[in-house]
Amino acid sequence: MKDPIVEISELSVFFGKYCVLNKVDLFVRSLDFLTIVGPNGGGKTTLIKTILGLVEPESGSVRVFGKKPCSVAYKNIGYVPQIKTIDRSFPGKVYELVATGWSGRWKFALNDVLRQRVKEVLSTCGLEHLEDRQINKLSGGELQRVFLARSFIRKPKLLLLDEPATGIDTIAETDFSFLLEKLQKENQTTIIMVTHDWEYAYYHSTSVLLLNKSVVALGKPQDVFTEENLQKTFGHLGHEHNMDFILRKDD
Amino acid sequence: MTELLLHSFAQNAFIAGLIVSLLCSSYGVFVVQRRMSFLGDGLAHVAFGGVALGLLLQFEPFWVSIPFTIIVAIALTYLKENSSLEVDTAIGIFFAVSVALGILFISINKRYVSDAFSYLFGSILLVSKNDLLYSLVFLLITLVIFLFWWERWTYSTFDYELAKVDKINVEFDNYLLSVLIAITIVISIKLVGILLVASYLVVPAATAKLISKTFSQMTIFSLIFGVISSEVGIFLSIIFDLPTGAFIVLFQASFFCLILILKYLFK
Ligand SMILES: Nc1ncnc2c1ncn2[C@@H]1O[C@H](COP(=O)(O)OP(=O)(O)OP(=O)(O)O)[C@@H](O)[C@H]1O
Ligand SMILES: [Mg+2]
Repeated sequence: MKDPIVEISELSVFFGKYCVLNKVDLFVRSLDFLTIVGPNGGGKTTLIKTILGLVEPESGSVRVFGKKPCSVAYKNIGYVPQIKTIDRSFPGKVYELVATGWSGRWKFALNDVLRQRVKEVLSTCGLEHLEDRQINKLSGGELQRVFLARSFIRKPKLLLLDEPATGIDTIAETDFSFLLEKLQKENQTTIIMVTHDWEYAYYHSTSVLLLNKSVVALGKPQDVFTEENLQKTFGHLGHEHNMDFILRKDD
Repeated sequence: MTELLLHSFAQNAFIAGLIVSLLCSSYGVFVVQRRMSFLGDGLAHVAFGGVALGLLLQFEPFWVSIPFTIIVAIALTYLKENSSLEVDTAIGIFFAVSVALGILFISINKRYVSDAFSYLFGSILLVSKNDLLYSLVFLLITLVIFLFWWERWTYSTFDYELAKVDKINVEFDNYLLSVLIAITIVISIKLVGILLVASYLVVPAATAKLISKTFSQMTIFSLIFGVISSEVGIFLSIIFDLPTGAFIVLFQASFFCLILILKYLFK
């Protein structure tokens, strides 16, 4: 059996009196590609942040690589936050931001080795042209892709992505799934990704978590994506054609 | 005139100016980018209370202000991190109480009113050899701390959450920064004056920000502007025998405007 990467049991998270996650159990094995799907406000981001140690659980336990989130070495975890609102007044360049992914610090100056590493990851992600740009002059989609590059440079053992494809055009999105697969193959990366794209989750992930405050379903995509489960997660499904891709495949 | 500049008080002033400007411009970049100017303002007001108490007790005002401002710096940082209470209001209250106390202290013993004025406006005559020694020691400490913390503070200045994910103890770092800023302010008061110390802290960094593409550049330019403006200001104040802080800050402000205009014209 493969090593457990993330083990969560009976996890509950409250913001004040308001329960955001209720008794969540989750087990992610090495090399899994887990997608998390659920309605807005369903607690997806909160779950990711709990794994990162940014949010303190009310009860239950979270183990990442067998340790408490706060004692996992930062190099092991990559993180792409949900549409990042950055301080647009901060003077900094793209290569500096990407380099933070490697060093976990905002370097005063980059040495040649690090600079080369940044160049490589930017060209893998097709972003060479942005290297010397100022961060505050990037478009939303460009910034999102820079954050992806920033998470790739670390070659993390565990990669957490919170709706990474938001704002990225379709062509870049294809590259993006290709890059994820490459990263996973080369570095044995385990991936956890929040997405609203059911089709993506269905075809690309090894398991799916349907989350709406508590776990609605967890398992292989084929088993999880049923009318009944989706109805339980999202309430009334306004437009049934959301499920078209599954029906198409069955034909 | 050259005679005047060779006097030991003048030399003291130039050295003090160098040290204090290096201190203020290096912490200033964080104050500016984190939008913490309120902290500088508030701490200066608190320092006034401390100075007045020192004068009343006939105890070196520097050593009375230091603990006061440090405690308030910690308290303000705590409030900012841990409460949803309007921090501005809290700072406003700290402000008012310590200035009010300061006024009372000074009025109790009228003999020191003129000293109090020197502290408000800053005076090179206040700077003693001992002061030079303290500030030099603190500058060396700052240098060492910057070697380790500049990259951490800069990272959490850019983004608190990302820095935290990368296991930087951002809370501790914030307290450390506030305490160091508090000490910097008290050290600068004799030269620049309580009224102007907050702007002295931010203007070189704000000027640097106008022309910097990276945060490292901003730090370096801030140091350059800070040192030049302080030395020129001190020179002018000795020649005209007028308050130092005022000259320095006026010079800094015109520098800021000049660069703003140039930037507007050439972009
Ligand atoms: N810092 C916070 N303080 C108080 N409430 C919060 C905080 N962060 C999130 N919440 C609440 O917790 C709930 C879950 O939020 P979360 O961001 O985890 O949802 P999500 O599943 O990521 O939603 P989305 O699809 O919109 O990104 C929401 O109702 C939100 O209002
Ligand atoms: Mg979210």
